[in-house]
Amino acid sequence: MNSFGTFVQLVVDGLAQGSIYAALALAIVLVHQATGLINFAQGGMAVLGSYIGMTVGNLVVPVNLILGVLVGVIVAVAASFAIGAFIERFVMRRFQGGEEDTKVVATIGLLTLITGAIGMIWGFNFIPYPFFFNTSTSFTVAGIAISLWSLTTFLTIVALMAVLQLLFTKTKMGLGLRAVADNPGSSALSGIRVGRMLMVGWGLAAALGTIAGILLAAKAQLNPGNFDAILVYALAAVIIGGLSSPIGAVVAALGIAVLENLAGTFLPWIGHDLKIAVPFVLLFVILLLRPQGLFGRKSVVRV
Amino acid sequence: MLLEVSGITAAYGSVQVIENVSLSVGEGAAVGILGANGAGKTTTLRAISGTVRVPSGTITFKGQDIRGKRPEEVAALGISHVPEGRGTLPNLTVEENLRVGAYLRKDRSGIETDIAFILELFPNLKRRFTSNGSALSGGEQQMMAIGRAFLAKPTLLVLDEPSLGLAPSTAKDVYAAISRLRLETGIAMLVVEQNANLAFSVVDTAVVLETGRSVLSGSTAELRGNDEIRRAYLGG
Repeated sequence: MNSFGTFVQLVVDGLAQGSIYAALALAIVLVHQATGLINFAQGGMAVLGSYIGMTVGNLVVPVNLILGVLVGVIVAVAASFAIGAFIERFVMRRFQGGEEDTKVVATIGLLTLITGAIGMIWGFNFIPYPFFFNTSTSFTVAGIAISLWSLTTFLTIVALMAVLQLLFTKTKMGLGLRAVADNPGSSALSGIRVGRMLMVGWGLAAALGTIAGILLAAKAQLNPGNFDAILVYALAAVIIGGLSSPIGAVVAALGIAVLENLAGTFLPWIGHDLKIAVPFVLLFVILLLRPQGLFGRKSVVRV
Repeated sequence: MLLEVSGITAAYGSVQVIENVSLSVGEGAAVGILGANGAGKTTTLRAISGTVRVPSGTITFKGQDIRGKRPEEVAALGISHVPEGRGTLPNLTVEENLRVGAYLRKDRSGIETDIAFILELFPNLKRRFTSNGSALSGGEQQMMAIGRAFLAKPTLLVLDEPSLGLAPSTAKDVYAAISRLRLETGIAMLVVEQNANLAFSVVDTAVVLETGRSVLSGSTAELRGNDEIRRAYLGG
């Protein structure tokens, strides 16, 4: 393959990998939009949802694969919505009115707890995740191999991003979610049920994260630590793209993955080992030049 | 009576701020609350809107007991509270800030009419319609807060020191708009204000608080005639 072909192939692969980062980044943006908080447990919650979906789905898979996978996805999404809402109501709510740092540490604690609980129930081995099609299926367009899984993942994430952007900017519920994140006291005085909005925000984010969890597990199998490394990329994407912008987070996640891929191959001194540093160098530069992120709105706090 | 507050107490933790406050607001009436710093003016408003716990006393609104209700429930019943510090939603635009006020309403055309009314009442907000709340000056944020509260279409508008931190001329403008709001909509108001002269430009009657107790109430004319009140709150 010529170097242009390699280039395009790397971009295509990067977009697929980036889609997974993007999905988790979207979930993090969603929680941040709704609660003003970064949830470090987002990846763990996604993995938990995937395990629950797999367990239930596997009961149906012997009867019919497609139906089984579908049941698994629906159960996973519904269960994680409930888990997200539950965590907000019974864990995060207790920290309401406290220090932001305390809440962030609480989410880190949740991550450890959830990962451990998953290991206790399902073990720490990789478990194959049943999916609609064989995830190693690929087709070739103009000499570029495109995996069906990559295409599915990419399109799913783009669709979810569009839905989220519409939810936040065009719907009443979106306005309510953002209002509660911005000033809960004032929102309550306007009659918005703050507690319910927070639960919905956490629930939606968990459901969204779980879709990413399933897509990842379909390709890479299921493991309690599936999202540990990906969380780092997703956080970088969220910060680069701007915490207030779903589109920004997705674009940044895709950009990070593509750049990482290209740098690993075309810059010999980076190679495979230094690849992981790419998002952080990018993060560093962007925070210096544009602290609110590429797409974020500047938020001003007056005292 | 639209609102009847009788013998309430309120405390932040173990610090009792209100010991015995009573006041009432009739349909369409405007009542002021006067008092020195720390007299319990803000806490009285917060007790009414459900943002502070009220261990004893009664608060009835439209004949319904509202003591102990959560702020969102009180808001849904028709009390709009413009809080101290203006309650700005900093990362939402002026338009979104106003629409948050109308969150519980279903009458779309009514909401648009009311937004148009607020923008006409406060032309500054019209100019800044797409700016973030945080980009507004203090006066503009106060106007936005009043607009947001009005958009809930309340029966009772509760205003916590609308002149706080504003230049005298801006404070005057804000009060002129509040007067117009009352004149044109007939909405009942409960106004906390340190500057009694400003408050008297809007209210008909007022209650005076001293260290957590309501000690005196009367029409603005009566209060103006009271030497002690004149010295303490009206500047001679």
